[in-house]
Amino acid sequence: MKEEKKYLFDKPENVQRLLRVFWVVLLVLLIIDLLITKHPYFSWEEWPEFYAVYGFVACVCLVLASKYLLRPIVKRKEEYYD
Amino acid sequence: MINAVPPAAIFIIGAFLIPLFRGKLKSAFLLTLPVLSFINLLNIPHGMYWSFHFLDYTITFLRVDRLSLMFAYIFHIISFLSILYALHVKDDLQHIAAVLYSGAALGVIFAGDLLSLFIFWEVMAVTATYIIWARKTKASQTAGLRYLLVHIFGGLCLLAGIIINTVSTGSIEFGYMGLNGLGTYLIFLGFGVNCAWPGLHSWLTDAYPESTITGTVFLSAFTTKCAVYALARGFPGTELLIWIGAIMTMFPIFYAVIENDLRRVLSYSLINQIGFMVVGIGIGTELGINGATAHAFADILFKGLLFMAMGAVMQQTGKINATDLGGLYKTMPLTCIFCIVGAASISAFPLFSAFATKSMVMEAVAKEHRAIIWFMLLFASAGVFHHAGIKIPFFAFFSHDSGIRTKEPPLNMLLAMGITAFLCIFIGTVPSVLYSILPYPVDYAPYTAPHVMAQMQLLFFSALAFTLLILSGIYPAEMRAINLDIDLIYRKFAVAFLWLCKGPLTNFRAALQNFSSRTIGALAKFATDPLIVPESILKGMQLGVYKALATSSKGTNPKVADLEFQLNRLIKMRETGRYYGTEVPRRPVGLAVLLAFILIFFYALIYMITQ
Repeated sequence: MKEEKKYLFDKPENVQRLLRVFWVVLLVLLIIDLLITKHPYFSWEEWPEFYAVYGFVACVCLVLASKYLLRPIVKRKEEYYD
Repeated sequence: MINAVPPAAIFIIGAFLIPLFRGKLKSAFLLTLPVLSFINLLNIPHGMYWSFHFLDYTITFLRVDRLSLMFAYIFHIISFLSILYALHVKDDLQHIAAVLYSGAALGVIFAGDLLSLFIFWEVMAVTATYIIWARKTKASQTAGLRYLLVHIFGGLCLLAGIIINTVSTGSIEFGYMGLNGLGTYLIFLGFGVNCAWPGLHSWLTDAYPESTITGTVFLSAFTTKCAVYALARGFPGTELLIWIGAIMTMFPIFYAVIENDLRRVLSYSLINQIGFMVVGIGIGTELGINGATAHAFADILFKGLLFMAMGAVMQQTGKINATDLGGLYKTMPLTCIFCIVGAASISAFPLFSAFATKSMVMEAVAKEHRAIIWFMLLFASAGVFHHAGIKIPFFAFFSHDSGIRTKEPPLNMLLAMGITAFLCIFIGTVPSVLYSILPYPVDYAPYTAPHVMAQMQLLFFSALAFTLLILSGIYPAEMRAINLDIDLIYRKFAVAFLWLCKGPLTNFRAALQNFSSRTIGALAKFATDPLIVPESILKGMQLGVYKALATSSKGTNPKVADLEFQLNRLIKMRETGRYYGTEVPRRPVGLAVLLAFILIFFYALIYMITQ
């Protein structure tokens, strides 16, 4: 049987490489945030890493709420309306 | 001005000429329509054209000002791109419906009065329904019918509002209204149905994913954006809109996270994006309106692009559920890249379109110090990246390998996606071009260090959340399931209502009918000879008396026999109806006259009392 062509993310080391770049970007973003001057409308925008924390927490809450609160209530079989 | 042809007219007349062309000529003709109309549009100065007097009112088909022009520009661009995307479709009716639909949308945008607005509004509803039905599946048929019913409801609200408003103000002009009086509330509600407000939204997530691959691209652009335009024209600065919009940005993302059908995920995120526009209109400042309209402009492109990419996936694989897809980057790399551009644009990455447009709405909210709204929108911004920015490309093109090996879609689809992707990046990198056509002068710079940093942090740490949740296995697995939404009310409760009509209500009606027909029959019998009852009673009493007397004397009394005979005859007559028998009643004429007089007296009495 013919061996199928290997694609970009078929190699685990490429996935690892991508993840490593991702961690570095996160770190850089955290560091730059401490260095720039902000011109906020709200006081909390000045807090260090406000957006990073908010983005992370918001998404975790979003997923957990969807999975554990919304899905049990609304999930039905695909044929529900047929 | 004679030269100014309403763009709607070009589209609508053009739509009916489509069947005259064949092959390549048809493609050329289809593509020429929006281009021709656009060139015509560029040569029309601001002003009111094509005004007619109808009854006591002025109907204006072409009002050209900055607000209508900017919507018209993007409508021309997206109709061109959608037509290009749909060029391979061999069904004339689909092309006609799509071009009519686009034309009607332009009619709405340029309508200077509420009556012509309403007419084009309804044409849009009907043509859109056809576009949904064109998929020709059972699901699309029923979803299309529900779509039509919901939009008829919205249209009737709008019509009732227009009539009440016109009667109370004496003018049919479509300008700023604001919420005052029943008429404006009804118009507001009519707009709200098309705008997919929370609770009125389920027609969108119900019908759009059931439409054809090419049709959904058209649908995603026009109906909701016409409603955004209408709200920006009629109700800017309405406080209620801020809250409606903020809720719109929030609730769909929860659904989008657990939804399996990727085009339905996009439909939810469409509502989420319109929410930002509605908030901008609700804020109502120049920045708010600019932000709302600019974001509508950008959204039409990136949402169109995402629907195009998912359509391409669907066309090439025949599947659209996240559970069935994955690993398509291997064989559809171009589609994958276009999809990622769309995803980056909707997520507002720097250099992509929404970064320059959505941020105007955020800034408008911040300037008014609306902290709660601001937090809601920021939550939605992170969420949109999560479900549209990552989930769509990840589950379609990466994730687990579905084993599907296919090829890129036809050239016309690739070209349409390519141009749209270019425009998304163009708006993001050179926003000044878009800013120059906004309704108000723009004093806003998106590319400041704090803004770029804030947005990058928000997005990358949302991505971190996604990555960690996926790696840890907490992220909700895609499931072959559907999720109940508000359409449950008319899809299930309607069945219960139908049962109520068919069962108990029908029985009640039958019983009522039975009762009334019996009563009428009895009354009719009585009316044919009203005296028969007292006569029978009288005769019966007489007979009783004679019988009682007869028992004391011996032998049969001839009087009793005679009375019995007469009574039997009366009873028989009552039972059979004397007019079918040989017996004809013998009553004095004077008695009939007396009865007639009595009846006339009662009629006259009733007449006097009711006067």
